[in-house]
Amino acid sequence: MATPLVVSDVAKSFTMHLRGGLVLPVVANVSFAVASGECVVLGGPSGIGKSSILKMLYGNYAVDAGQILVSHAGRTVDVASADPRTVLEIRRTALGYVSQFLRTVPRVAALDVVAEPLVSRGTAPEEARERAAELLARLNLPRDLWQLPPATFSGGEQQRVNIARGFITDHAVLLLDEPTASLDATNRRVVIDMIEAKKTAGVALLGIFHDEEVREAVADRILDVTAFSPRRSAA
Amino acid sequence: MSDMPLLKVRSLSKFYGNRIGCHDVGFDLWPGEVLAIVGESGSGKTTLLNCLSTRLMPSTGDVQYRMRDGDYRDLYRMSEAERRVLMRTDWGFVHQNPADGLRMTVSAGANVGERLMAVGNRHYGRIRATASEWLSRVEIETDRIDDQPRAFSGGMRQRLQIARNLVTSPRLVFMDEPTGGLDVSVQARLLDLVRGLVSDLGLSAIVVTHDLAVARLLSHRMMVMKGGHVIEHGLTDRVLDDPREPYTQLLVSSILQV
Amino acid sequence: MSAPHTEPVTAPESAGEAELAAYNFAYLDEQTKRMIRRAILKAIAIPGYQVPFASREMPMPYGWGTGGVQVTAAIIGPEDVLKVIDQGADDTTNAVSIRAFFQKVAAVRATTHTADATIIQTRHRIPEHTLKEGQVLVYQVPIPEPLRFLEPRETETRKMHALEEYGLMHVKLYEDIARHGRIATTYAYPVKVHGRYVMDPSPTPKFDNPKMHRSEALQLFGAGREKRIYAVPPHTDVVSLDFEDHPFEVQQFDRPCALCGATHVYLDEVVLDDRGGRMFVCSDTDYCETRQAEGHVGEMLATSEREAAE
Repeated sequence: MATPLVVSDVAKSFTMHLRGGLVLPVVANVSFAVASGECVVLGGPSGIGKSSILKMLYGNYAVDAGQILVSHAGRTVDVASADPRTVLEIRRTALGYVSQFLRTVPRVAALDVVAEPLVSRGTAPEEARERAAELLARLNLPRDLWQLPPATFSGGEQQRVNIARGFITDHAVLLLDEPTASLDATNRRVVIDMIEAKKTAGVALLGIFHDEEVREAVADRILDVTAFSPRRSAA
Repeated sequence: MSDMPLLKVRSLSKFYGNRIGCHDVGFDLWPGEVLAIVGESGSGKTTLLNCLSTRLMPSTGDVQYRMRDGDYRDLYRMSEAERRVLMRTDWGFVHQNPADGLRMTVSAGANVGERLMAVGNRHYGRIRATASEWLSRVEIETDRIDDQPRAFSGGMRQRLQIARNLVTSPRLVFMDEPTGGLDVSVQARLLDLVRGLVSDLGLSAIVVTHDLAVARLLSHRMMVMKGGHVIEHGLTDRVLDDPREPYTQLLVSSILQV
Repeated sequence: MSAPHTEPVTAPESAGEAELAAYNFAYLDEQTKRMIRRAILKAIAIPGYQVPFASREMPMPYGWGTGGVQVTAAIIGPEDVLKVIDQGADDTTNAVSIRAFFQKVAAVRATTHTADATIIQTRHRIPEHTLKEGQVLVYQVPIPEPLRFLEPRETETRKMHALEEYGLMHVKLYEDIARHGRIATTYAYPVKVHGRYVMDPSPTPKFDNPKMHRSEALQLFGAGREKRIYAVPPHTDVVSLDFEDHPFEVQQFDRPCALCGATHVYLDEVVLDDRGGRMFVCSDTDYCETRQAEGHVGEMLATSEREAAE
């Protein structure tokens, strides 16, 4: 079986046109791979480019150079150069992402927010809602919130909706950007268990965890992003 | 998902004398895909929309549309009769001002039913039942079916316009600033409704808007226009989260954060 | 040039014979009549299609039948026998004036008998007596465009006719049913001619629509103010628009004519006094009188005859 995620020589900078074309290098020479069933944690101080790497992998940030290879429908596709339609297709079927913040959609109930990724893959809405309900129950989200749109939820509640949404599918690669940041100890424990289950299922996980307890519990390997800092390599 | 584009746009330009309306635009639109065209007033986005929807003839370029039978047809080489049939069956056009897209002096039911009658439906009871079903789908009380849109609020009119367009199950819908002129709360409801309908019906849509929030919520992909040119084009969240061009960065940084 | 047209005319009404224009027959100059005839021929060739024509000033205001008068003037010859009706009656102001006009400018014979006439100019009715081959029915039309109700732009309605986009016509009927529970349009009821053009049959009651269908007579329509002529040639299909579940129906009258006892004819209501007394009589005066002459007696006439006998 092909390695689900391979990153090779990726570089990224921001050009700030509104500030006279100031170029802010973010990362360079990023190369690593994540194997099936492995959880790799990105390490290093904040501002070093960990979130940017996840966003590039997800196609959310453009890439200046390099390749991001993801196995998708029996082929290996380069997310860095794929057209928007292919990126969307990869997100739908192969690449999941749990961000720190939930981008809420007005008027859609929490249960449907969670079920949506399954529905978009063709699962019957009722079945998808059942799966969503299981996950929300597991994450201890009060049942009377399920039918409400999450816009007015607390940070921790939104976070749990977000996690459920990210974990509901069987994507082969899962990107996690501080999914436990605003959770209490009980729910952190639940998330750790869910990550363990994903690993057992052969999912390749790449995450950022500032919480040491979680990191210790889930990380197979820590990748120090400082090594990719262009400032260091330039120095 | 079909592996053939619904619309193939190549080297489309429209000049008004010496002035550029839009210049050398090309893209493919796929079934089920929503494309947002953003830019400020005068950027050429409405000119482009009007050319694509054949309401305006471009100066050069061509647009191939995949008909229901699977064949591609050049929109600008079709007869007007064929185009008009296409426009009232397989396409929809949602105007910014609902009064431009509705018949203000006939009832809501007849507004929705008109396209059905235009394609030959001659059973009053069935036309009315379908109209009623569509009214509830766009969240208009069905007991308003005999009221004229003049008696409707702006948000209701816009929802009625959408129902009127969707009743023949079009495959492609053009929208020109669909939420312009509506209150914020009304906008949110409309956007959510449109978003739901687009995904439930598997519609393709081309949405012109100057509102990046609308683009973010509705579209998969966006094109940024300036001075008649497409200056940036990509996945919607990519363009909004990592804008590359100076003008796009300006646009994105101009959004008021709430 | 003498007036050769007047020679064969021997009708006693032709008192104006001496004053008849030395140059022109039937008021209009020959060039105008040719122009109108060309429009009429085109209209006959394309049943239901509105042919534009250069409508002339006539010695009467618009709305008094200038279109019908021009069509009649363009087709009338010295041998013709003219009947003019307004709302079915030969003796209303408009009918009398137009009849007098043609007797003056064309010196033709006039009649009130439908069967005797070769040309019948009409406003708002089709005679009850079935028209025959060789007869021409000329309608006075105020607004020829059936789509005008919902689409004010002439450019757009023309395009809709050209592309046969007639969904809008049914929108109008839909509105009727939605509002009144049935198709409440009772006059100017739209028809489809020869399976192609949707046409406004002028403000005749829909009761008369079936008479247009495959009529042996030629039907010509003239709209003077709107400058349009259209036609239904003999034996042409004229179908009233409707819905499958709301089929076209003509008005039904629950009593016969009070004067001649006729049923299945179009009746006018006549108020008799200020105590609610009223009667219903044939709108077609010629038809009614002919029946009375044949001995048919309606309820009201029977009563008055009895009273006279007592």
